Amino acid sequence: MRYLEDIGSYFLMLKRVFGSYTKRSVLKELIFKEIDDLIIGSLGIVAFISFFVGGVIAIQTALNVDNPLIPKSLIGFATRQSIVLEFAPTFISIIMAGKVGSFITSSIGSMRVTEQIDALEVMGINSLNYLVFPKIVALMLFPFVIALSMFLGILGGLIAGVYGGFTTLTDFTTGLQQDFTPFHLTYAYIKTLVFAFILATVPSWQGFYMKGGALEVGKASTNSFVWTSVLIILTNYIITQLLLS
Amino acid sequence: MIKVDNIKKRFGDEEILKGISTVFEKGKTNLIIGQSGSGKTVMLKCLLGLFKPEEGFIYYEDKAIQEMDDEQQRDLREDIGMLFQGGALFDSMTIEENVMFPLRMFTKQKKSEMLARVNEVLSRVNLEGVNKKYPAEISGGMQKRVSIARAIVNKPKYLFCDEPNSGLDPKTATVIDNLIQEITHEYDITTVVVSHDMNSVMEIGENIVFLKNGLLVWQGSNEDIFKTDNKDVTDFVYSSDLFKKIRDIQIEEN
Repeated sequence: MRYLEDIGSYFLMLKRVFGSYTKRSVLKELIFKEIDDLIIGSLGIVAFISFFVGGVIAIQTALNVDNPLIPKSLIGFATRQSIVLEFAPTFISIIMAGKVGSFITSSIGSMRVTEQIDALEVMGINSLNYLVFPKIVALMLFPFVIALSMFLGILGGLIAGVYGGFTTLTDFTTGLQQDFTPFHLTYAYIKTLVFAFILATVPSWQGFYMKGGALEVGKASTNSFVWTSVLIILTNYIITQLLLS
Repeated sequence: MIKVDNIKKRFGDEEILKGISTVFEKGKTNLIIGQSGSGKTVMLKCLLGLFKPEEGFIYYEDKAIQEMDDEQQRDLREDIGMLFQGGALFDSMTIEENVMFPLRMFTKQKKSEMLARVNEVLSRVNLEGVNKKYPAEISGGMQKRVSIARAIVNKPKYLFCDEPNSGLDPKTATVIDNLIQEITHEYDITTVVVSHDMNSVMEIGENIVFLKNGLLVWQGSNEDIFKTDNKDVTDFVYSSDLFKKIRDIQIEEN
């Protein structure tokens, strides 16, 4: 029963987010600030993780391919497929649920605890539009982060594979181009956009409707990570069924 | 002027406000006092339109808030300034940005005009040279003064203060009380202060509403409160040792 109430309150929140709009000049500034906090601020960690995980995928694939009949180009092929289809869009989104999601929940939750949200409401400002809408817009740039993750993941795989002596540059690049299906990129970006919306709204919902003090802000951040991750995994499954099967 | 007409507010089975009627007058500091759980904060939230009473009406001048459409309520909120218990300053903004916020949201003034007004109100609350600081970098008393500056920057008709002295030392509390009263007279606005601080009652209570268990049990001024024989009020006033001693001294002298 409580879950139904939560789902209802989430959709009612979405309705209010797209309700009466904040003044355009203020909104523009807020969007740029959110892009800085949520997108630019995440590039470092995304680049670091993508590069090294790309390398690990290439090495593990190489170590598991010991049959001489299997071409070495498989290393490049497997690295590309793993990164484009799953690692970059889904696992980077889950990592972002930890980084960005917790940040969103704790910042909105702190505003709730310190009556800053009440202050907005008393002034007649649609606090949900003011706080959540800029985050949704900013996270619509999330596909660019994922594109960077794909590029760096594959680069990491190439460097680890070639300089680790597991494959040659020619074999790796041959594998990268082998059986390339452009729709896989479309699929990856479609799900990235859905995950971006989840990343912006679920943590905001957790923060906005939390009750209590500092301890509850921490609990809400943990819940936010759990629920965002669960929703990302579930929608990943549904989108994959719909678009690829 | 704000007129409250028989408002009732309930949460689940519990009735918090049990039919309160009163008038908060323009140009006066109106205090809502009472013990914790008496319904002060709920009444304040009803006045602000954050809670909807199940019964009764709240009139701003001659228009009931319950009968206003969304746009009228938004317009009304532009006329309201609010001082929250903790200040509720936006911690990601500087003091200047905090005070400028209502002007940016609701006016089309140029930045230079807004800045001039911000400096004017900051100087009114005796705060200068803190424009570029963040709320975390100033003291609690200064935060309260910034909050007052933000509340009055857009020249409101109504000023609401929720426990303005909480967490402040007695001297700073008096400064804040006096500031609220001066601003009320200077701007000729309707001010409603929720408090359980007897010093505030003595300093600025021009019209005091005493609540107990969701009922209005007494109304009068800060001069009347020491003359009343209403037991609920005297129990509240003389719950402080200081006031008890003052009363004993007065009795001895008489």
